Amino acid sequence: MSVTSIVVDDVSKQFSLQYHRTLKKMIMAKMRRQQISDTFMALENVSFEVPQGQSIGLMGLNGSGKSTLLKLISGVMKPDSGQVLTRGRVSGLIATGAGFHQQLTGRENIYMNAAILGMSEAETNEKFDDIAAFADVGRFLDTPVGNYSSGMFARLGFSVAVHVDCDIFVADEVLAVGDRPFKRKCIARMQEIRESGITMFYVSHSAGSVRRMCDRVIVLEKGRVGYDGPVDQGIRYLHYDGSDEGEPDAEEALDEELASDI
Amino acid sequence: MTTSSVAERHDLEHVPLTSPASTSGLLEVFRKRYLLRLMVRREIQARYARSFFGLAWSYINPTVRFFTFYFVFGIVLGRGGNLENFAIHLFAGMVMVHYFTETVTSGTRSLLSNKGVVQKMAMPRELFPFASMLVSLYHTLPQVLILSTACLVAGWHPDLVGFAAAGLGFLIMMLFGTSLGLMFSVFNVIMRDFGRITQTFINMIPFMVPMMYPYSLIESKFGGGWVHTIVMANPVAEAVLLMQRCFWWTTTEESYAESFPDDLWQRGAIMAAVGIVLLFVAQRVFSRLEGRVPELIT
Repeated sequence: MSVTSIVVDDVSKQFSLQYHRTLKKMIMAKMRRQQISDTFMALENVSFEVPQGQSIGLMGLNGSGKSTLLKLISGVMKPDSGQVLTRGRVSGLIATGAGFHQQLTGRENIYMNAAILGMSEAETNEKFDDIAAFADVGRFLDTPVGNYSSGMFARLGFSVAVHVDCDIFVADEVLAVGDRPFKRKCIARMQEIRESGITMFYVSHSAGSVRRMCDRVIVLEKGRVGYDGPVDQGIRYLHYDGSDEGEPDAEEALDEELASDI
Repeated sequence: MTTSSVAERHDLEHVPLTSPASTSGLLEVFRKRYLLRLMVRREIQARYARSFFGLAWSYINPTVRFFTFYFVFGIVLGRGGNLENFAIHLFAGMVMVHYFTETVTSGTRSLLSNKGVVQKMAMPRELFPFASMLVSLYHTLPQVLILSTACLVAGWHPDLVGFAAAGLGFLIMMLFGTSLGLMFSVFNVIMRDFGRITQTFINMIPFMVPMMYPYSLIESKFGGGWVHTIVMANPVAEAVLLMQRCFWWTTTEESYAESFPDDLWQRGAIMAAVGIVLLFVAQRVFSRLEGRVPELIT
Protein backbone atom coordinates (compact mmCIF):
# COMPACT_ATOMS: atom_id res chain seq x y z
CA MET A 1 0.00 0.00 0.00
CA SER A 2 1.42 3.33 -0.96
CA VAL A 3 1.71 6.34 1.31
CA THR A 4 -0.72 9.21 1.63
CA SER A 5 -0.04 11.99 -0.79
CA ILE A 6 -2.65 14.61 0.05
CA VAL A 7 -4.56 15.06 3.27
CA VAL A 8 -7.44 17.50 3.35
CA ASP A 9 -8.81 17.56 6.86
CA ASP A 10 -12.01 19.41 7.68
CA VAL A 11 -11.03 22.36 5.53
CA SER A 12 -13.12 25.50 5.28
CA LYS A 13 -12.41 28.65 3.33
CA GLN A 14 -14.48 31.75 3.55
CA PHE A 15 -14.41 34.73 1.24
CA SER A 16 -15.80 38.11 2.02
CA LEU A 17 -17.84 40.01 -0.48
CA GLN A 18 -17.12 43.62 0.07
CA TYR A 19 -20.00 45.70 -1.03
CA HIS A 20 -18.80 49.13 -0.10
CA ARG A 21 -15.17 49.78 -0.45
CA THR A 22 -14.89 53.53 -0.24
CA LEU A 23 -15.34 55.52 2.92
CA LYS A 24 -18.20 57.50 1.42
CA LYS A 25 -20.09 54.38 0.44
CA MET A 26 -19.49 52.84 3.86
CA ILE A 27 -20.87 55.88 5.65
CA MET A 28 -23.87 55.94 3.34
CA ALA A 29 -24.49 52.27 3.99
CA LYS A 30 -24.24 52.77 7.74
CA MET A 31 -26.74 55.58 7.57
CA ARG A 32 -29.16 53.50 5.56
CA ARG A 33 -28.50 50.57 7.88
CA GLN A 34 -27.42 48.36 5.03
CA GLN A 35 -25.03 45.52 5.43
CA ILE A 36 -21.41 46.55 4.92
CA SER A 37 -19.86 43.22 4.27
CA ASP A 38 -21.03 39.73 3.58
CA THR A 39 -19.24 36.44 3.43
CA PHE A 40 -19.72 33.17 1.70
CA MET A 41 -18.22 29.79 2.26
CA ALA A 42 -16.23 28.68 -0.75
CA LEU A 43 -15.36 25.42 0.98
CA GLU A 44 -17.06 23.97 4.02
CA ASN A 45 -15.73 21.05 6.08
CA VAL A 46 -14.11 19.31 3.17
CA SER A 47 -12.19 16.16 4.10
CA PHE A 48 -10.54 13.44 2.07
CA GLU A 49 -7.24 11.67 1.65
CA VAL A 50 -5.43 10.73 -1.51
CA PRO A 51 -2.89 7.91 -1.64
CA GLN A 52 0.20 8.45 -3.73
CA GLY A 53 -0.27 7.71 -7.39
CA GLN A 54 -4.02 8.04 -7.42
CA SER A 55 -5.62 10.17 -10.06
CA ILE A 56 -8.54 12.27 -8.85
CA GLY A 57 -11.11 13.90 -11.07
CA LEU A 58 -12.51 16.94 -9.31
CA MET A 59 -15.91 17.80 -10.69
CA GLY A 60 -18.74 20.12 -9.89
CA LEU A 61 -20.66 23.04 -11.27
CA ASN A 62 -19.16 26.48 -11.73
CA GLY A 63 -18.63 28.16 -8.38
CA SER A 64 -18.68 24.95 -6.39
CA GLY A 65 -15.20 25.61 -5.00
CA LYS A 66 -13.02 23.54 -7.32
CA SER A 67 -10.45 26.22 -8.03
CA THR A 68 -10.31 27.26 -4.39
CA LEU A 69 -9.57 23.67 -3.43
CA LEU A 70 -6.82 23.50 -6.03
CA LYS A 71 -5.32 26.71 -4.72
CA LEU A 72 -5.28 25.29 -1.22
CA ILE A 73 -3.58 22.10 -2.38
CA SER A 74 -1.02 23.93 -4.46
CA GLY A 75 -0.31 26.27 -1.56
CA VAL A 76 -1.43 29.55 -3.13
CA MET A 77 -4.00 29.99 -0.38
CA LYS A 78 -4.23 28.83 3.19
CA PRO A 79 -7.40 27.36 4.68
CA ASP A 80 -9.28 29.36 7.33
CA SER A 81 -9.77 26.24 9.40
CA GLY A 82 -8.71 22.64 9.10
CA GLN A 83 -5.50 21.67 7.42
CA VAL A 84 -4.12 20.72 4.05
CA LEU A 85 -1.00 18.54 3.94
CA THR A 86 0.93 17.36 0.92
CA ARG A 87 3.90 15.10 0.46
CA GLY A 88 6.61 16.12 -1.99
CA ARG A 89 6.70 18.83 -4.60
CA VAL A 90 3.44 20.17 -5.98
CA SER A 91 3.31 21.47 -9.51
CA GLY A 92 0.73 22.09 -12.12
CA LEU A 93 -1.40 24.84 -13.45
CA ILE A 94 -4.27 26.79 -12.11
CA ALA A 95 -5.40 28.47 -15.31
CA THR A 96 -2.84 28.08 -18.03
CA GLY A 97 -0.12 30.61 -18.57
CA ALA A 98 -0.47 31.98 -15.08
CA GLY A 99 2.31 34.24 -14.00
CA PHE A 100 3.69 35.07 -17.39
CA HIS A 101 5.10 38.51 -17.84
CA GLN A 102 3.84 40.20 -20.94
CA GLN A 103 7.05 42.05 -21.76
CA LEU A 104 9.33 39.07 -21.34
CA THR A 105 10.02 36.69 -24.18
CA GLY A 106 8.79 33.12 -24.20
CA ARG A 107 12.27 31.90 -23.37
CA GLU A 108 12.63 34.20 -20.35
CA ASN A 109 9.17 33.28 -19.17
CA ILE A 110 9.99 29.58 -19.31
CA TYR A 111 12.95 30.13 -17.01
CA MET A 112 10.96 32.39 -14.72
CA ASN A 113 7.96 30.10 -14.49
CA ALA A 114 10.11 27.03 -13.97
CA ALA A 115 11.93 28.79 -11.14
CA ILE A 116 8.66 29.70 -9.46
CA LEU A 117 7.56 26.08 -9.75
CA GLY A 118 10.73 25.15 -7.92
CA MET A 119 13.13 24.08 -10.67
CA SER A 120 16.81 24.91 -10.42
CA GLU A 121 18.79 26.55 -13.20
CA ALA A 122 20.54 23.32 -14.17
CA GLU A 123 17.25 21.44 -14.24
CA THR A 124 15.66 24.06 -16.48
CA ASN A 125 18.65 24.13 -18.83
CA GLU A 126 18.46 20.40 -19.15
CA LYS A 127 14.74 20.37 -19.92
CA PHE A 128 14.57 23.58 -21.89
CA ASP A 129 14.60 21.96 -25.31
CA ASP A 130 11.82 19.57 -24.34
CA ILE A 131 9.74 22.39 -22.98
CA ALA A 132 10.23 24.54 -26.06
CA ALA A 133 9.50 21.61 -28.37
CA PHE A 134 6.35 20.70 -26.49
CA ALA A 135 5.06 24.26 -26.52
CA ASP A 136 5.87 24.42 -30.21
CA VAL A 137 5.69 28.20 -30.58
CA GLY A 138 8.43 28.24 -33.22
CA ARG A 139 10.23 31.50 -33.76
CA PHE A 140 7.90 33.26 -31.35
CA LEU A 141 10.02 31.82 -28.57
CA ASP A 142 12.14 34.96 -28.53
CA THR A 143 9.36 37.51 -28.79
CA PRO A 144 7.44 38.94 -25.83
CA VAL A 145 4.56 36.70 -24.82
CA GLY A 146 2.29 39.72 -24.94
CA ASN A 147 2.25 39.16 -28.71
CA TYR A 148 1.22 35.53 -28.45
CA SER A 149 -2.16 34.19 -29.41
CA SER A 150 -4.15 32.83 -26.49
CA GLY A 151 -3.48 29.29 -27.66
CA MET A 152 0.27 29.80 -27.79
CA PHE A 153 0.20 31.41 -24.40
CA ALA A 154 -1.63 28.45 -22.91
CA ARG A 155 0.66 25.98 -24.64
CA LEU A 156 3.74 27.56 -23.17
CA GLY A 157 2.25 27.54 -19.68
CA PHE A 158 1.16 23.94 -19.92
CA SER A 159 4.48 22.91 -21.34
CA VAL A 160 6.44 24.29 -18.39
CA ALA A 161 4.07 22.81 -15.85
CA VAL A 162 4.14 19.28 -17.24
CA HIS A 163 7.92 19.21 -17.34
CA VAL A 164 8.42 19.99 -13.68
CA ASP A 165 9.64 17.01 -11.75
CA CYS A 166 6.86 16.84 -9.18
CA ASP A 167 5.09 14.40 -6.91
CA ILE A 168 1.64 15.94 -7.11
CA PHE A 169 0.32 17.35 -10.35
CA VAL A 170 -2.60 19.73 -10.21
CA ALA A 171 -4.43 20.73 -13.36
CA ASP A 172 -7.27 23.14 -13.93
CA GLU A 173 -8.92 24.08 -17.22
CA VAL A 174 -6.03 22.51 -19.07
CA LEU A 175 -8.00 21.49 -22.06
CA ALA A 176 -10.11 24.60 -22.40
CA VAL A 177 -7.65 26.19 -24.79
CA GLY A 178 -5.47 24.76 -27.46
CA ASP A 179 -6.30 23.10 -30.72
CA ARG A 180 -6.95 19.42 -31.33
CA PRO A 181 -3.38 18.28 -31.96
CA PHE A 182 -2.23 20.05 -28.84
CA LYS A 183 -5.05 18.61 -26.75
CA ARG A 184 -4.04 15.15 -27.89
CA LYS A 185 -0.45 15.86 -26.91
CA CYS A 186 -1.59 17.11 -23.51
CA ILE A 187 -3.66 14.06 -22.80
CA ALA A 188 -0.82 11.79 -23.82
CA ARG A 189 1.53 13.67 -21.54
CA MET A 190 -0.90 13.57 -18.65
CA GLN A 191 -1.35 9.83 -19.13
CA GLU A 192 2.41 9.52 -18.88
CA ILE A 193 2.42 11.57 -15.70
CA ARG A 194 -0.33 9.43 -14.29
CA GLU A 195 1.38 6.17 -15.17
CA SER A 196 4.65 7.30 -13.62
CA GLY A 197 2.97 7.23 -10.22
CA ILE A 198 2.50 10.96 -9.69
CA THR A 199 -0.61 11.86 -7.74
CA MET A 200 -2.90 13.76 -10.06
CA PHE A 201 -5.61 16.23 -9.24
CA TYR A 202 -7.56 17.02 -12.34
CA VAL A 203 -10.43 19.47 -12.68
CA SER A 204 -12.71 18.94 -15.61
CA HIS A 205 -16.26 19.22 -16.80
CA SER A 206 -15.76 16.59 -19.44
CA ALA A 207 -17.09 13.24 -18.32
CA GLY A 208 -15.20 11.60 -21.14
CA SER A 209 -11.76 12.76 -20.17
CA VAL A 210 -12.37 12.14 -16.48
CA ARG A 211 -13.43 8.61 -17.30
CA ARG A 212 -10.21 8.14 -19.20
CA MET A 213 -7.81 9.84 -16.84
CA CYS A 214 -9.06 9.24 -13.33
CA ASP A 215 -9.36 6.47 -10.75
CA ARG A 216 -11.70 8.33 -8.47
CA VAL A 217 -14.09 11.24 -8.66
CA ILE A 218 -14.79 13.89 -6.05
CA VAL A 219 -17.78 16.08 -6.69
CA LEU A 220 -18.07 19.43 -4.96
CA GLU A 221 -21.45 20.96 -4.35
CA LYS A 222 -21.54 24.51 -3.00
CA GLY A 223 -18.28 23.98 -1.19
CA ARG A 224 -19.07 20.57 0.28
CA VAL A 225 -18.07 17.12 -0.85
CA GLY A 226 -21.19 15.80 -2.54
CA TYR A 227 -19.74 12.59 -3.80
CA ASP A 228 -16.46 10.75 -3.38
CA GLY A 229 -15.94 7.38 -5.01
CA PRO A 230 -15.62 5.44 -8.24
CA VAL A 231 -15.60 7.33 -11.51
CA ASP A 232 -18.70 6.02 -13.25
CA GLN A 233 -21.02 6.54 -10.31
CA GLY A 234 -19.56 10.00 -9.83
CA ILE A 235 -20.39 10.97 -13.36
CA ARG A 236 -23.88 9.52 -12.97
CA TYR A 237 -24.21 11.44 -9.70
CA LEU A 238 -23.58 14.65 -11.59
CA HIS A 239 -25.96 13.62 -14.38
CA TYR A 240 -23.11 14.47 -16.71
CA ASP A 241 -23.82 11.28 -18.63
CA GLY A 242 -26.91 12.93 -19.99
CA SER A 243 -29.55 10.74 -18.26
CA ASP A 244 -31.30 13.80 -16.93
CA GLU A 245 -31.26 15.80 -20.12
CA GLY A 246 -34.03 16.41 -22.57
CA GLU A 247 -32.00 15.06 -25.43
CA PRO A 248 -29.83 12.37 -23.89
CA ASP A 249 -28.72 10.97 -27.19
CA ALA A 250 -27.28 14.21 -28.51
CA GLU A 251 -25.57 14.92 -25.21
CA GLU A 252 -24.10 11.48 -25.00
CA ALA A 253 -22.90 11.58 -28.55
CA LEU A 254 -21.14 14.87 -27.98
CA ASP A 255 -19.50 13.55 -24.86
CA GLU A 256 -18.40 10.40 -26.57
CA GLU A 257 -16.89 12.39 -29.36
CA LEU A 258 -14.97 14.48 -26.87
CA ALA A 259 -13.82 11.43 -25.03
CA SER A 260 -12.50 9.73 -28.10
CA ASP A 261 -10.95 12.95 -29.21
CA ILE A 262 -9.03 13.87 -26.12
CA MET B 1 6.67 13.63 -29.99
CA THR B 2 9.97 14.98 -28.77
CA THR B 3 9.34 15.02 -25.08
CA SER B 4 11.36 13.13 -22.57
CA SER B 5 9.43 10.58 -20.59
CA VAL B 6 8.37 11.18 -17.03
CA ALA B 7 10.60 9.57 -14.45
CA GLU B 8 9.11 6.67 -12.51
CA ARG B 9 7.92 7.58 -9.01
CA HIS B 10 9.12 5.83 -5.92
CA ASP B 11 7.39 5.68 -2.63
CA LEU B 12 7.82 8.91 -0.79
CA GLU B 13 7.71 7.47 2.69
CA HIS B 14 10.81 9.35 3.74
CA VAL B 15 9.27 12.69 2.72
CA PRO B 16 7.10 14.24 5.43
CA LEU B 17 3.58 15.49 4.94
CA THR B 18 3.72 19.27 5.13
CA SER B 19 1.51 22.22 4.48
CA PRO B 20 2.04 23.29 0.87
CA ALA B 21 1.71 26.93 1.87
CA SER B 22 4.26 26.91 4.64
CA THR B 23 7.33 29.09 4.23
CA SER B 24 10.04 30.20 6.57
CA GLY B 25 9.45 33.87 5.81
CA LEU B 26 12.34 36.07 4.81
CA LEU B 27 14.78 33.19 5.18
CA GLU B 28 13.12 31.72 2.12
CA VAL B 29 14.53 34.64 0.16
CA PHE B 30 18.03 33.33 0.76
CA ARG B 31 17.00 29.78 -0.02
CA LYS B 32 15.54 30.83 -3.37
CA ARG B 33 18.50 32.86 -4.57
CA TYR B 34 18.12 31.66 -8.15
CA LEU B 35 14.49 32.75 -8.36
CA LEU B 36 15.41 36.04 -6.68
CA ARG B 37 18.13 36.63 -9.26
CA LEU B 38 15.70 36.02 -12.11
CA MET B 39 13.15 38.34 -10.53
CA VAL B 40 15.67 41.13 -10.04
CA ARG B 41 16.90 40.78 -13.60
CA ARG B 42 13.35 40.80 -14.89
CA GLU B 43 12.40 43.87 -12.93
CA ILE B 44 15.45 45.73 -14.12
CA GLN B 45 14.42 44.89 -17.68
CA ALA B 46 10.73 45.46 -17.20
CA ARG B 47 10.82 48.73 -15.28
CA TYR B 48 11.55 50.71 -18.40
CA ALA B 49 10.32 48.24 -21.00
CA ARG B 50 9.10 49.85 -24.21
CA SER B 51 10.39 53.26 -23.28
CA PHE B 52 12.79 54.92 -25.67
CA PHE B 53 15.18 56.31 -23.07
CA GLY B 54 15.04 53.11 -21.04
CA LEU B 55 17.41 53.00 -18.13
CA ALA B 56 18.23 56.69 -18.61
CA TRP B 57 15.00 57.52 -16.78
CA SER B 58 16.70 56.33 -13.63
CA TYR B 59 19.06 59.26 -13.99
CA ILE B 60 16.93 61.88 -15.68
CA ASN B 61 14.61 62.26 -12.70
CA PRO B 62 17.28 62.60 -10.02
CA THR B 63 19.30 64.93 -12.25
CA VAL B 64 16.38 67.27 -12.81
CA ARG B 65 15.57 67.19 -9.11
CA PHE B 66 19.19 67.88 -8.27
CA PHE B 67 19.33 70.99 -10.43
CA THR B 68 15.99 72.21 -9.10
CA PHE B 69 17.13 71.90 -5.51
CA TYR B 70 20.51 73.32 -6.35
CA PHE B 71 18.95 76.34 -8.01
CA VAL B 72 16.45 77.05 -5.24
CA PHE B 73 18.56 76.30 -2.19
CA GLY B 74 22.06 76.85 -3.49
CA ILE B 75 21.57 79.92 -5.64
CA VAL B 76 18.27 81.62 -4.76
CA LEU B 77 18.41 81.08 -1.01
CA GLY B 78 22.18 81.20 -0.96
CA ARG B 79 22.74 78.29 1.37
CA GLY B 80 25.65 77.29 -0.83
CA GLY B 81 27.38 80.52 0.14
CA ASN B 82 28.03 79.45 3.71
CA LEU B 83 28.69 75.87 2.86
CA GLU B 84 31.70 74.52 1.09
CA ASN B 85 30.91 72.18 -1.81
CA PHE B 86 27.17 72.56 -1.38
CA ALA B 87 26.47 70.55 -4.55
CA ILE B 88 28.19 67.48 -3.10
CA HIS B 89 26.49 68.02 0.26
CA LEU B 90 23.18 67.97 -1.58
CA PHE B 91 23.92 65.15 -3.97
CA ALA B 92 25.29 62.80 -1.30
CA GLY B 93 22.01 63.23 0.56
CA MET B 94 19.93 62.76 -2.57
CA VAL B 95 21.53 59.42 -3.37
CA MET B 96 20.38 58.07 -0.01
CA VAL B 97 16.94 59.66 -0.18
CA HIS B 98 16.43 58.39 -3.71
CA TYR B 99 17.45 54.87 -2.76
CA PHE B 100 15.09 54.85 0.19
CA THR B 101 12.09 56.32 -1.59
CA GLU B 102 12.53 54.04 -4.61
CA THR B 103 12.71 51.01 -2.35
CA VAL B 104 9.58 51.94 -0.46
CA THR B 105 7.49 53.00 -3.46
CA SER B 106 8.36 50.06 -5.65
CA GLY B 107 8.11 47.72 -2.66
CA THR B 108 4.64 49.04 -1.90
CA ARG B 109 3.56 48.34 -5.47
CA SER B 110 5.37 45.02 -5.75
CA LEU B 111 2.56 42.63 -4.89
CA LEU B 112 -0.10 44.45 -6.87
CA SER B 113 2.03 44.69 -9.98
CA ASN B 114 2.70 40.96 -9.88
CA LYS B 115 -0.97 40.11 -9.53
CA GLY B 116 -0.91 37.24 -12.00
CA VAL B 117 1.79 35.31 -10.20
CA VAL B 118 0.52 36.12 -6.72
CA GLN B 119 -2.97 34.85 -7.51
CA LYS B 120 -2.07 31.67 -9.27
CA MET B 121 1.27 30.37 -8.10
CA ALA B 122 2.60 29.28 -4.75
CA MET B 123 5.83 30.99 -3.83
CA PRO B 124 7.26 32.92 -0.90
CA ARG B 125 5.75 36.31 -1.55
CA GLU B 126 8.39 38.08 0.53
CA LEU B 127 10.47 37.83 -2.62
CA PHE B 128 8.60 40.65 -4.34
CA PRO B 129 9.35 43.56 -1.99
CA PHE B 130 12.81 42.16 -1.39
CA ALA B 131 13.55 42.10 -5.11
CA SER B 132 12.32 45.70 -5.36
CA MET B 133 14.86 46.69 -2.74
CA LEU B 134 17.67 45.04 -4.69
CA VAL B 135 16.58 46.62 -7.97
CA SER B 136 16.65 50.06 -6.34
CA LEU B 137 20.10 49.30 -4.97
CA TYR B 138 21.22 48.39 -8.47
CA HIS B 139 20.03 51.74 -9.77
CA THR B 140 21.84 53.51 -6.95
CA LEU B 141 25.29 52.22 -7.86
CA PRO B 142 25.87 54.49 -10.89
CA GLN B 143 24.79 57.46 -8.79
CA VAL B 144 27.43 56.59 -6.22
CA LEU B 145 29.96 56.48 -9.06
CA ILE B 146 28.91 59.92 -10.28
CA LEU B 147 29.13 61.20 -6.72
CA SER B 148 32.62 59.77 -6.29
CA THR B 149 33.75 61.39 -9.52
CA ALA B 150 32.39 64.74 -8.38
CA CYS B 151 34.22 64.32 -5.08
CA LEU B 152 37.49 63.55 -6.84
CA VAL B 153 37.12 66.67 -8.96
CA ALA B 154 36.44 68.76 -5.86
CA GLY B 155 39.51 67.36 -4.09
CA TRP B 156 38.55 64.31 -2.13
CA HIS B 157 40.49 62.88 0.81
CA PRO B 158 38.54 59.69 1.41
CA ASP B 159 39.13 57.75 4.61
CA LEU B 160 38.17 54.30 5.82
CA VAL B 161 36.03 55.68 8.62
CA GLY B 162 34.04 57.52 5.98
CA PHE B 163 33.46 54.38 3.95
CA ALA B 164 32.33 52.61 7.09
CA ALA B 165 29.90 55.48 7.65
CA ALA B 166 28.45 55.17 4.14
CA GLY B 167 28.19 51.42 4.58
CA LEU B 168 26.31 51.85 7.85
CA GLY B 169 24.07 54.41 6.15
CA PHE B 170 23.20 52.00 3.37
CA LEU B 171 22.61 49.21 5.88
CA ILE B 172 20.15 51.38 7.78
CA MET B 173 18.32 52.26 4.57
CA MET B 174 18.21 48.63 3.46
CA LEU B 175 16.76 47.52 6.78
CA PHE B 176 14.14 50.24 6.94
CA GLY B 177 13.36 50.15 3.22
CA THR B 178 12.84 46.39 3.22
CA SER B 179 10.74 46.49 6.39
CA LEU B 180 8.48 49.24 5.11
CA GLY B 181 8.29 47.69 1.64
CA LEU B 182 7.23 44.37 3.14
CA MET B 183 4.48 45.83 5.30
CA PHE B 184 3.25 48.39 2.80
CA SER B 185 3.03 45.87 -0.03
CA VAL B 186 0.37 43.93 1.89
CA PHE B 187 -1.36 47.05 3.21
CA ASN B 188 -1.57 48.28 -0.35
CA VAL B 189 -3.39 45.11 -1.40
CA ILE B 190 -5.85 45.39 1.47
CA MET B 191 -6.44 49.09 0.93
CA ARG B 192 -5.43 50.69 -2.35
CA ASP B 193 -5.24 54.14 -0.74
CA PHE B 194 -2.08 53.06 0.91
CA GLY B 195 0.11 53.72 -2.10
CA ARG B 196 -1.05 57.33 -2.08
CA ILE B 197 -0.54 57.69 1.65
CA THR B 198 3.04 56.47 1.29
CA GLN B 199 3.60 58.86 -1.59
CA THR B 200 2.47 61.78 0.55
CA PHE B 201 4.99 60.97 3.25
CA ILE B 202 7.71 60.23 0.76
CA ASN B 203 7.33 63.68 -0.76
CA MET B 204 8.24 65.13 2.64
CA ILE B 205 11.46 63.22 3.04
CA PRO B 206 13.78 65.36 0.87
CA PHE B 207 12.89 68.40 2.96
CA MET B 208 13.12 66.66 6.30
CA VAL B 209 16.74 65.60 5.97
CA PRO B 210 19.80 67.86 6.24
CA MET B 211 20.86 67.94 2.60
CA MET B 212 19.51 71.25 1.25
CA TYR B 213 20.58 72.88 4.47
CA PRO B 214 23.45 71.90 6.76
CA TYR B 215 22.97 69.97 9.96
CA SER B 216 24.48 72.89 11.86
CA LEU B 217 21.33 74.86 11.12
CA ILE B 218 19.10 72.33 12.87
CA GLU B 219 21.58 72.15 15.71
CA SER B 220 21.73 75.91 16.24
CA LYS B 221 17.96 76.42 15.93
CA PHE B 222 16.57 73.41 17.75
CA GLY B 223 19.64 71.93 19.48
CA GLY B 224 18.55 69.87 22.47
CA GLY B 225 14.85 70.60 21.89
CA TRP B 226 12.09 68.23 20.86
CA VAL B 227 12.13 69.39 17.22
CA HIS B 228 15.74 68.28 17.03
CA THR B 229 14.79 64.95 18.54
CA ILE B 230 12.02 64.40 16.00
CA VAL B 231 14.07 65.43 12.99
CA MET B 232 16.94 63.21 14.02
CA ALA B 233 14.67 60.27 14.79
CA ASN B 234 14.24 59.93 11.03
CA PRO B 235 16.43 57.05 9.83
CA VAL B 236 16.87 58.74 6.46
CA ALA B 237 18.33 61.83 8.15
CA GLU B 238 20.83 59.65 9.96
CA ALA B 239 21.74 57.81 6.75
CA VAL B 240 22.16 61.10 4.89
CA LEU B 241 24.55 62.41 7.57
CA LEU B 242 26.58 59.20 7.41
CA MET B 243 26.74 59.51 3.64
CA GLN B 244 27.92 63.11 3.94
CA ARG B 245 30.54 62.02 6.42
CA CYS B 246 31.91 59.74 3.71
CA PHE B 247 31.66 61.92 0.62
CA TRP B 248 31.05 65.57 1.40
CA TRP B 249 32.98 66.26 4.62
CA THR B 250 36.17 64.71 3.21
CA THR B 251 36.18 67.25 0.38
CA THR B 252 35.96 70.28 2.67
CA GLU B 253 37.64 72.07 5.53
CA GLU B 254 34.38 72.27 7.49
CA SER B 255 34.58 71.45 11.18
CA TYR B 256 33.34 67.99 12.12
CA ALA B 257 31.83 69.19 15.38
CA GLU B 258 29.56 71.66 13.57
CA SER B 259 28.64 69.48 10.59
CA PHE B 260 27.49 66.39 12.49
CA PRO B 261 25.90 65.54 15.80
CA ASP B 262 28.43 64.45 18.46
CA ASP B 263 26.78 61.08 18.71
CA LEU B 264 26.61 60.37 14.95
CA TRP B 265 27.96 56.83 15.34
CA GLN B 266 25.94 55.92 18.41
CA ARG B 267 22.83 57.10 16.63
CA GLY B 268 23.79 55.07 13.58
CA ALA B 269 24.28 51.92 15.62
CA ILE B 270 20.96 52.42 17.41
CA MET B 271 19.19 53.05 14.09
CA ALA B 272 20.61 49.83 12.66
CA ALA B 273 19.45 47.92 15.74
CA VAL B 274 15.99 49.47 15.47
CA GLY B 275 16.00 48.54 11.79
CA ILE B 276 16.70 44.90 12.59
CA VAL B 277 13.88 44.82 15.13
CA LEU B 278 11.57 46.50 12.62
CA LEU B 279 12.46 43.91 10.02
CA PHE B 280 11.34 41.15 12.37
CA VAL B 281 8.13 43.00 13.12
CA ALA B 282 7.53 43.60 9.41
CA GLN B 283 8.06 39.92 8.69
CA ARG B 284 5.50 38.99 11.34
CA VAL B 285 2.99 41.49 9.98
CA PHE B 286 3.60 40.27 6.45
CA SER B 287 3.15 36.59 7.19
CA ARG B 288 0.06 37.28 9.23
CA LEU B 289 -1.64 39.22 6.45
CA GLU B 290 -0.28 37.66 3.27
CA GLY B 291 -2.53 34.62 3.54
CA ARG B 292 -5.43 36.80 2.43
CA VAL B 293 -3.53 38.44 -0.39
CA PRO B 294 -4.55 36.08 -3.25
CA GLU B 295 -8.24 36.62 -2.57
CA LEU B 296 -7.97 40.38 -2.14
CA ILE B 297 -5.77 41.18 -5.07
CA THR B 298 -8.40 41.05 -7.83
